[in-house]
Amino acid sequence: MGNGTHLGKVRGLGSAQHGSHHWLQQRLSALGNLLLVGFLVASLLRLPLGDHGAVSRWAADPLVAFALIMLVVSVFWHLRLGLQVLIEDYVHGDATRLLALVALNFYAIGGAAFGIFTIARIALAPVVPGPGGM
Amino acid sequence: MTVSILHRISGDGLAIVGASMFLWWLYAIAAGPEAYAAFVAIVWKDPSPEITLFHQVTNILGKVVLVGLTWAFFQHLFSGLRHFVLDAGAGYELKTNKLWSAVVIAAGLFATAATWLFILWGNLNG
Repeated sequence: MGNGTHLGKVRGLGSAQHGSHHWLQQRLSALGNLLLVGFLVASLLRLPLGDHGAVSRWAADPLVAFALIMLVVSVFWHLRLGLQVLIEDYVHGDATRLLALVALNFYAIGGAAFGIFTIARIALAPVVPGPGGM
Repeated sequence: MTVSILHRISGDGLAIVGASMFLWWLYAIAAGPEAYAAFVAIVWKDPSPEITLFHQVTNILGKVVLVGLTWAFFQHLFSGLRHFVLDAGAGYELKTNKLWSAVVIAAGLFATAATWLFILWGNLNG
């Protein structure tokens, strides 16, 4: 590699190989978000949100719980890709950038795992006995 | 240009604030009626007669954040749809491009206003 311009240094090396993969994943998860977040927003507008019983019965329905889990996967996948671009554009310096990317992965993977766990907990909540129970 | 930066701002806002609030909400549902009531008392409305100053502040802040997230959702949705069209190779003519950028911004604001009018209307009649 010469010490020419930035363009001169990379010309001929080919792409970094990850660009089109990232691009495609962002579009695929965008499509998932379109359907799933659309479903969530429509549901939120119809639900009596102050009523814990009604909200948890809604979320515990197998189809709804499944859609919510898919939503968490799609949304957190999409936001990881999006925030990665933000970091790559605005966070300079190798160490800080690495740190930011590590933090992003913790947030994305940890957040998704937490979301899926809480949905599973709602859907598979221990059966509470009738009046007189907890 | 403006639409592009709004896409990024709304997307990052949804990713950080929106996703966190969604997880907080899911946790509150899973944790039971009392945790859920505590969540509602912070974010939306504390029904207690002796409402704390903290809750007075967060009740207002919560609504500001929710309105902001509603806008971010619609803005990101519409500018995202615009990106799908651009990905297909259409809409690059200067006039068309300008027109749809303006439509995207207007639609985002309109949908946000419509949503909150719907919520207010439901609150008044519920």
